Amino acid sequence: MTPKSTNRLGEIVARHERELVPEWVEQQLAAETLRRDLVKDEELREQSQRFVQSLRAGLEATDGNLDVRGPAWSSTRDLLRELAHARSRQGFSPSETATFVFSLKQPLFDRIRSDLARDPEGLSDELWQTTVLLDKLGLYTVELYHEGREEIIIRQQQEMMELSTPVVQLWEGILALPLIGTLDSARTQVVMESLLQSIVQTGAGIAIIDITGVPTVDTLVAQHLLKTVAAARLMGAECIISGIRPQIAQTIVHLGVELGGVVTKSTLADAFAIALARTGRGVTKTAG
Amino acid sequence: MERIPILKMGDCLLVTIQVDMHDRLATTLQDDLTERIASTRARGVVIDISALEIVDSFIGRMLGNIAAMSRVLDAQTVVVGMQPAVAITLVELGLSLPGVSTALNVEKGMALIGRAVGKAEGTNGGPET
Repeated sequence: MTPKSTNRLGEIVARHERELVPEWVEQQLAAETLRRDLVKDEELREQSQRFVQSLRAGLEATDGNLDVRGPAWSSTRDLLRELAHARSRQGFSPSETATFVFSLKQPLFDRIRSDLARDPEGLSDELWQTTVLLDKLGLYTVELYHEGREEIIIRQQQEMMELSTPVVQLWEGILALPLIGTLDSARTQVVMESLLQSIVQTGAGIAIIDITGVPTVDTLVAQHLLKTVAAARLMGAECIISGIRPQIAQTIVHLGVELGGVVTKSTLADAFAIALARTGRGVTKTAG
Repeated sequence: MERIPILKMGDCLLVTIQVDMHDRLATTLQDDLTERIASTRARGVVIDISALEIVDSFIGRMLGNIAAMSRVLDAQTVVVGMQPAVAITLVELGLSLPGVSTALNVEKGMALIGRAVGKAEGTNGGPET
């Protein structure tokens, strides 16, 4: 019973493919939920055409099983992946993306009803089969949509990581490391490595760690900072911590963090002046 | 038996570690170095570990011990040229070597010892004597 019914659905789709696609596209274009600002009519038409084709191919290739994760549906899955990833980048919502698949129900149901008007039992079977198939594909599209979003988030995290740990050379032998954003273990590791690498490359004797842009300092962050300072000292470079805001000074004392032996300054300018003095230099005014 | 060479430069001793340190080599170095400091009356020791890529807690502790022993023998120890990965490892092991001076390279380490020795002699040979 089931194999026959699936093949019948495939036959219906194949028979009506020519007029099914334009009708479906018309309906999608007429729907209020369509984002005319994000997708072109031509693109939508092409996507709809390819989806119906792959649906027909999938129905023909399977023997009545509607397992959309099976090998027979791989071309449909590829198409949906491409579509969902593109739409998640373009800024569609998940429901707008899934509506693409679900909206095929209406034109397809119309075809099934007119073809099987004399066979109520077959009609209800086919409607059920179609619903199951399109629901599965729709839900799969939502999953793919989220997969696309995850990729974007991971890429942005990596970009942020790279952007947020610059080591700049202020003067010969003086490095500055302006830290911006919350420090966690992973970031501190990157910060530490890039600072130590720069010390080796430039042969700098003094490194200024500026924490003006660090919103909060807890015991963990303080410990990370102290580790960085200790590692730099082992390599023969001295560290100065600058940009400690009054609020953070209070927090450090309340937490009982011992910054023993580390020179701290309130601004980067003060720290730079100290660093220049340590390397036997100074700034003088030449005019005015 | 494999030994790490100890070179004498003025009143300074230079130890360059070019091979992977194993525990036996480290204890031999300790013996040889203390022997040489005593016999040459050196005032400073520069240990160059720029070629050292792997450390464990034993080697880390040994560096600290050598510095402490030299201090007892009136010589200042400077560890120079530590690799970033080695520095991170030692800090993670909790060995931040508080009593050891450090410098970026041999040249700076020598200069550091020169200053420290000069200062010490300056105070000894002050206007009083």
